[in-house]
Amino acid sequence: MTAVVAVDAIAKRFGAVAAVDEVTLGVAEGEFFALLGPSGCGKTTLLRLIAGFERPDTGRVLLDGRDITAIPPNRRPVNMMFQSYALFPHMSVSGNVSYGLEMEGMKGPERSRRVAEALDLVRLGDLAKRRPDQLSGGQRQRVALARALIKRPRALLLDEPLAALDKKLRGEMQVELKRLQHETGIAFLVVTHDQEEALAMADRIALMQDGRVAQMDSPRALYERPANRFVAGFIGLMNFFEGRAAAGGVEVEGLGLLKAEGGQSGEAATLAVRPERLRVHLAPISSESANTLAGTVVDISYLGQDQLVRVRVAGQSTPVMARVASATDVAARVTLGRKVWCEWPPEDGRVLLT
Amino acid sequence: MSELTRRLVLLGPGLAWFALFLVAPCAIVFVYSFLERGTYGGIDRVFTLENYTRAADPLYLGIFISSARIAAMTTLAALLFGYPAAYGIAAAPKRWQVPLLILVMLPFWSNYLIRTYAWIVLLNREGLINHGLEVLGLADEPLPLLYNDFAIVVGLVYGYLPFMVLALYSSIARLNPETLEASADLGASGLRTFLRVTLPLTVPGIAAGCVFVFVLSIGNFITPDLLGGGRTLMVGNLIFNQFLSARDWPFGSGLAFLLIALMMLLLLVQAVVARRAGGAGLHA
Repeated sequence: MTAVVAVDAIAKRFGAVAAVDEVTLGVAEGEFFALLGPSGCGKTTLLRLIAGFERPDTGRVLLDGRDITAIPPNRRPVNMMFQSYALFPHMSVSGNVSYGLEMEGMKGPERSRRVAEALDLVRLGDLAKRRPDQLSGGQRQRVALARALIKRPRALLLDEPLAALDKKLRGEMQVELKRLQHETGIAFLVVTHDQEEALAMADRIALMQDGRVAQMDSPRALYERPANRFVAGFIGLMNFFEGRAAAGGVEVEGLGLLKAEGGQSGEAATLAVRPERLRVHLAPISSESANTLAGTVVDISYLGQDQLVRVRVAGQSTPVMARVASATDVAARVTLGRKVWCEWPPEDGRVLLT
Repeated sequence: MSELTRRLVLLGPGLAWFALFLVAPCAIVFVYSFLERGTYGGIDRVFTLENYTRAADPLYLGIFISSARIAAMTTLAALLFGYPAAYGIAAAPKRWQVPLLILVMLPFWSNYLIRTYAWIVLLNREGLINHGLEVLGLADEPLPLLYNDFAIVVGLVYGYLPFMVLALYSSIARLNPETLEASADLGASGLRTFLRVTLPLTVPGIAAGCVFVFVLSIGNFITPDLLGGGRTLMVGNLIFNQFLSARDWPFGSGLAFLLIALMMLLLLVQAVVARRAGGAGLHA
């Protein structure tokens, strides 16, 4: 299947910095795709290359398989929602929303009908006559969305669409964006630095680092099967045990063999285990099949549904993190300074070669 | 020290200066404009409205109108030359903007009179421009560049262009670049983006620049005197003459006060325009 929008070995340098370094990816019809990464990883530059605000040094931008690299932004059938929303402050809400149609030369009742339709889509019908400075942040964001969607672009590019909203509104707008994407069937390409946002909304995520794609996968795969140390550390919390791959696991200095699947004998390797995969016991346990580590509790962070327990293990510089559900006996009885035993089955660990 | 006394101490010297050397002379001018002329110059303390009725005389009204015309041409020319320059500076890389603005203000470092004389050297019949045209074979005989309205406008545009550029720059630099990109993204060409977004959002800067240049131009008397060759009388020259040649202080005062009133009115209009636009358009 041809991607709606794609970039092919695209690269862009700013002086000595390679902002985007030979990236190839494609967004499928009706897909919700997220570009995720720390600030400065090149995700916004990549979006601006697709919109046409930056010219690539090498590589191509493709739309439905057609090369649009040389086409200026005003003639690309993609639209962008800007991080600052970039509403026209001297125009009313409906003036902002109809702008794109006016530029197409659309007039009269047809245009009014489309504007009303777009405002209904983002549930702003009753605010059509207001000016942007009379709107709340959330309302402004909806205007920006309606303005970008009204031309029915092949793909909608969203630059940090939720960054300016407070946490609660952000959650609501995540659901709203998914609804809009579903209703319009337009491919969404969203840039975000917020992993929870990406995990919650996207069908696929490209996690970027230093201008390159570190891993491109579904949210579940990215979380459960990180390809390398960077991905494992960026998404969610992770325990790392440095050592050498050995038959049946990773040999860690001071802890012996931690059992896991995969890995070649002798290579430097890291065993990665999610905190929620660790079970905490208050009494010694011995298990032939599972990994066990004994240590002392150095911190307990209450997170509501869970508690994050940090356990100091001899020989490890960073405490081991274990997520304990709040509604359990262990959570009720664990205290600072107490000796505990952590356990996890070999299949819950992941061997990463470094 | 209380907040109030702190403010008074900080504002005091400046306010006192303005009161003493601006407000007081204006008040004196205002009062003189309602008095009669003394037989040997000076004033007689007799109330009259004659200075104002005399200003409405077609002779003087004509001078007001031609002054306004020259000031308007100057303003328009300054806007047409100034806008691209200001836009260019605002669009330049950040580290270049301050040096470029300093270049814009550089002419202020030398005397206005000297700079005006320099234009005589450039514009006269054997001047650099006419000489250059002749050498290039573009003109058979010298063009009449000096001692006319054209020369006055050239001189005034030259003198006041920096004010226009600075006013426009401050307005253009505050535009959110993403707003212009949004316009392009929605399908607008560069020209339509300029007409629909850039221009409306920089109206406060345009108003400020135009009022500065117009107000400064209409009151100027050096440039019409030197570059206009005294053939075109502007309000500034008329006032100058009433005080220093005709020794008719009350009439000079009346004319001066009318000019002040006109300027105040324009500044008021500009303030209203700026408030209407109300910081609209700028970074959200």
